[in-house]
Amino acid sequence: MNARLDLDAVPVAAATVPVLTIDGLDIRLPAGADRALAVQGANLQLLPGQTLCVVGESGSGKSMVANAIMGLLPGPQVAATAGRILFQGQDLLQLDEAGLRQLRGSRIGMVFQEPMTALNPVMRIGEQIGEVFDAHIRLPVDEKRRRILAALADVGLPDPELLIDSYPFRLSGGQRQRVMIACAMALEPALLVCDEPTTALDVTTQAQILALIKDLQRRRGTAVLFITHDFGVVSEIADQVVVMQTGRIVEAGAARQVLRAPQHAYTRQLIAAIPQGHARQPDSDDSAPLVLQVQDLCKTHVTGRGLFGRGRQVQAAQDVSFSLRQGQTLGLVGESGSGKSSVGRCLVGLSPFDAGRILFKGRSLLSGGALMRQSGGKIQMVFQDPNASLNPRQKIGSAIAAGPIAQGVPVAEAQARTHELLALVGLGPEAAERWPHEFSGGQRQRICIARALAMQPELLVADEPVSALDVSVQAQVLKLFAEVRQRFQLAMVFITHDLRVAGEMCDHIAVMQRGRVVEHGPTAQVLGDPQHAYTQALIAAVPRLAA
Amino acid sequence: MSKAFWRRFGRNKGAVLGLLVLAVALVLVVLGPLLAPNDPWDMVQQPFLAPLQEAGFPMGTDTMGRDIYSGVVRGARISLLIAVVSTVVALLIGVGIGAVAGYFGGWVDATLMRFTELFQAVPSFALAIVLVAIFQPSVGAIVVAIAIVSWPPVARLVRGEFLSLRQRDFVAAAQLAGLSTPRIILTQVLPNAASPIVVMASLMVATAILLESSLSFLGLGDPNQMSWGYMVGSARTVLRQAWWMAVFPGLAIVLTVLALNLVGEGLNDGLNARADGRGR
Repeated sequence: MNARLDLDAVPVAAATVPVLTIDGLDIRLPAGADRALAVQGANLQLLPGQTLCVVGESGSGKSMVANAIMGLLPGPQVAATAGRILFQGQDLLQLDEAGLRQLRGSRIGMVFQEPMTALNPVMRIGEQIGEVFDAHIRLPVDEKRRRILAALADVGLPDPELLIDSYPFRLSGGQRQRVMIACAMALEPALLVCDEPTTALDVTTQAQILALIKDLQRRRGTAVLFITHDFGVVSEIADQVVVMQTGRIVEAGAARQVLRAPQHAYTRQLIAAIPQGHARQPDSDDSAPLVLQVQDLCKTHVTGRGLFGRGRQVQAAQDVSFSLRQGQTLGLVGESGSGKSSVGRCLVGLSPFDAGRILFKGRSLLSGGALMRQSGGKIQMVFQDPNASLNPRQKIGSAIAAGPIAQGVPVAEAQARTHELLALVGLGPEAAERWPHEFSGGQRQRICIARALAMQPELLVADEPVSALDVSVQAQVLKLFAEVRQRFQLAMVFITHDLRVAGEMCDHIAVMQRGRVVEHGPTAQVLGDPQHAYTQALIAAVPRLAA
Repeated sequence: MSKAFWRRFGRNKGAVLGLLVLAVALVLVVLGPLLAPNDPWDMVQQPFLAPLQEAGFPMGTDTMGRDIYSGVVRGARISLLIAVVSTVVALLIGVGIGAVAGYFGGWVDATLMRFTELFQAVPSFALAIVLVAIFQPSVGAIVVAIAIVSWPPVARLVRGEFLSLRQRDFVAAAQLAGLSTPRIILTQVLPNAASPIVVMASLMVATAILLESSLSFLGLGDPNQMSWGYMVGSARTVLRQAWWMAVFPGLAIVLTVLALNLVGEGLNDGLNARADGRGR
């Protein structure tokens, strides 16, 4: 491994002792897994006050490294079998549970990926942070409360006095992640381990959290081990980078160096796969027939309506209007809760709308289930999570052919179409006889696209179709979308939170905020010269590769 | 069944043992008259013959000189028949009601669940006794009574599974493809709810055997059929003189019910693919 050499070349490193050294770490997987070792021969060093990013796609073993440091490997099948993890000169692999408990929380802090589940829902915020103090030091009650308030203020949460006695459900995802960071940083640890802390967050929130981690690190001199799959995040935060592929470290070095001049082919491939957000030039003319017109669409969700009480109303869509021609793609962009998915579900008829009109090829459609019957399967949808959108108990071939058969296509013809489409999305005809769990996430999303195309749709609604995929797989699936759009002259509504993806895929972009379209126009215009403050904030928050 | 299923099932040693016991019970059901040539109702020897006292009567005789061994062997047929048929009937009712309630939700769900609660509110054994007493004791009446008292938990379970599966994207995709609602329920949702239903069914067979035995014990069994419960019931007055009259049929009930419970647990392990590589 050349990791050590590169690190030693950094001038700052020469004087200081590393906080964390991982030396020849092997982690085994249970028998029957796709490979014997989750992590093989991992070496890395982290200096005080620096940020080391471990980058890799899902299944590369990057989270295993973080869990091994914290002693959280799900033993006995998954355990470290070789190597050392030296934290301030102490080998963490040799420590027993009691010894590890001493370090966790006080000397090493950890922030997890999913802020919505990392906090105990029936415990007040203050008590959760207080637990960190209780576990390690004795403090008088008022002193403890003072320090909890200070910890909350430190991570930039508004009104700590109010928050300390609140329950987690009152906080947004970003605020919860701040609480998690406050917990992790409460005792000023020497090392902070962050496992994809911003992956589940919106892009603007992500930018704030990254800024917060950077700021805390600068003030406290904490060393940060940051696990991520996003090279955009790497360029924002990293001093050092380690790239992992199927359990091995393939490249290591200073962030600038790796980002500017990647040595390993895999790193180059990962960096090349990042959508650059270059605005796509519309290639369809404006004389193509209108496929979809949406006029003043309104949708209100009512939650918690019971026998008593009227429930809470949420405006998911307010006077949304747009139109779409054959072969064109409209991007619906916004953060979670902006109502973009609700609009998508209304368009295909999976949920009814309250007011407004949806015209499909000039014909006004009813709402909800009636819309589905009227459109005769010509409006199709591709869903976000390829794991949930294929029936695990149905073979691929039958899943694709079921739709056309239900519409009256003869069985033999439906099967022929299935094989044709499987070939189109890059899978062999033998895939028809296999089960969904035999395929990877990217392949499943291809199958979902094939299933939608089997209905010979004229309008395709894609609801965050690539946000659950790794970046290199994402690039392939986006390419497939572009191909089928070209080939079948599809009109497409592309729902995404990622402006970079929207820029590459869409002819027009509509930016949504709290159920309203706040900006709508050609892609180049919206991305290049945003008019609305919200669009400007979204664009500013996108992590960029500029080193 | 796949290879992975049998590997996970086989890891549960108790379940394999249970399967063996059930295989023996099945042999008794199929070959009963060949293994025990005596009619269980015929008086073939002197009364109160202890086990192994006389050749050909390994389990002794009862108060009227009837062969206990023949009773245990032939009783397997009626006990298991009633248990399996009543479970199938209960599954049909429970899965049907649960599936409709869970899939459609709203007022359909509310109505069907209140109807289900009506049955859950009455103590099930008391209801079974009343039903059998009304219908006159016969195999058919016992099957109906057991089925009626045991479907509500199935309906609850299936409803819960359907409520969550209903929200999955593959159901939405099937709707968009224009599949009819019964088709979506049968081909998309039900196969995914199969695992817990199968596990529950195996446990329901065990409960049904116990219910049938309890009814027979109380004298509410079919008077023309020798069943394990009836044999235990008729032995209770002479328990101190002739322990073997109650012990052998009782043992048959215990072993079969235990085996079914073990197999149910094994099925749970086998059908739960996520348990692979963890525990045990």
